[in-house]
Amino acid sequence: MPSHNTLEESTRSTAHDDDSRPMQLTLNVWRQAGPTEPGRFVTYQHQNVSEHMSFLEMLDVLNEDLILRGDEPIAYDHDCREGICGMCGMMINGIAHGPQRATATCQLHMRHFKDGDTITIEPWRARAFPIVKDLVVRRGSLDRIVEAGGYISVNTGAAPEANNIPVPKPNADRSFEAAQCIQCGACVAACPNASAMLFLAAKAGHLGLLPQGQPERYRRTVDMVAEHDKQGFGACTNMGECEAVCPKEISIDFIARLNRDLIRAKLTNPSGY
Amino acid sequence: MIGVLTLYESTIGKKVVMAVTGLILFGFVIIHMLGNLKVFAGRAYINAYGVFLREVGSPMFGHEQVLWLTRIVLLVSVGLHIWAAYQLTRLDLASRPVQYAMRKNQEYGYAARTLRWGGVIIALFIVYHLLHFTTGTVHPRFVEGDVYNNVVIGFQNPLVSIFYIVAQLALALHLYHGAWSMFQTLGLNNSNNKRIWRGLATVSSTMLALGNISIPLAVMLGLLR
Repeated sequence: MPSHNTLEESTRSTAHDDDSRPMQLTLNVWRQAGPTEPGRFVTYQHQNVSEHMSFLEMLDVLNEDLILRGDEPIAYDHDCREGICGMCGMMINGIAHGPQRATATCQLHMRHFKDGDTITIEPWRARAFPIVKDLVVRRGSLDRIVEAGGYISVNTGAAPEANNIPVPKPNADRSFEAAQCIQCGACVAACPNASAMLFLAAKAGHLGLLPQGQPERYRRTVDMVAEHDKQGFGACTNMGECEAVCPKEISIDFIARLNRDLIRAKLTNPSGY
Repeated sequence: MIGVLTLYESTIGKKVVMAVTGLILFGFVIIHMLGNLKVFAGRAYINAYGVFLREVGSPMFGHEQVLWLTRIVLLVSVGLHIWAAYQLTRLDLASRPVQYAMRKNQEYGYAARTLRWGGVIIALFIVYHLLHFTTGTVHPRFVEGDVYNNVVIGFQNPLVSIFYIVAQLALALHLYHGAWSMFQTLGLNNSNNKRIWRGLATVSSTMLALGNISIPLAVMLGLLR
């Protein structure tokens, strides 16, 4: 058994470049030809899984086999495969992004599974995330929430000296915690109510904690919450499932902060909203 | 202030309605339990407390006026709490039309999972409880004003006592998640104080269940007669 360090967790290894025996897995994968087609689970026997593979590489190898057999490969979203872009994501054995905490699907490695395991793979399921194909869902509803207020308005022209605006260190840290959100949608997928409240709270909190975010802080909160509801997401019931699966470990404390800002916006009408 | 009226339009606003009415009802059940425990101080004491509840506020308020004002506030709170819960539940159920074939909960436990059905049990219990000890409709030998005897005779039926105990456990579970949710929804929760709010919800729901269950238990064990 080779020792592991972070470098070895890179995405280069294949099934045969190590001395450990390949794992054999049974995969139950949701297959759906198109948005309006009926979907079903299809079972695949995967004979050739290295523990060094990422979850997506494991699916890549399966897809190569499927293509060689003349079958349609499994569609899934992915891009950077470094856990920072937010494209990948699937329900793995009933947990968004799988069993490893603080890890996006692309950074989940097969060593967290055992030889002979059965793995059920499903797309994110929410009314606001319609299925495009197989494991790919449309997450534009999250973009609509950002468009509703996840920005600051600044005049164009010469960039001002950044240090002219002092930011308290704790605020900068908290803001950065929220800004780590990669918009993967795992919070929605894991929420028993398919609510996007953690996502929304992270986006609003990230800007609302900084001086540059103050002028639009309350308008932003009201507009983003309204858009969230309009997109067909459910309401938050404070279960904390989102926090548990978030690959960036964003805290539901941000949801409390969002609630506080919305109440303040409605009660006191600050910034003329 | 017009904004307050539009608060209810959003899901968070509906949750604020749940939290504020929940806070009123949370305060009520604690005071109610403290009142209930006076049964251990004896017949004269709790019957005098019953008289006090009817005459409180005198001479500024007349007979049962404060009592009825309180009842109206509580009934409106219960109504709004259920109404908001109903609307939110419908939204939540609609937000995931296709369920997962496999789902493993990471965080939320029994209390959070049973919040809605627990609420239904509590609502049914409230109706029975009012018919039992307030109007006396379903009580075998109800005597208006004789609180002590009504309690003791009421709880001598083991089925009634068991129902009360089950309802109190449902209430404790409801508040274990509900009271904490209230602090979260009202935005009081933050990373510095979340353990205080979690602790407050745990301690208050446990004390409430223990305090209220002690009464039917004491009657069934023959300690109160």
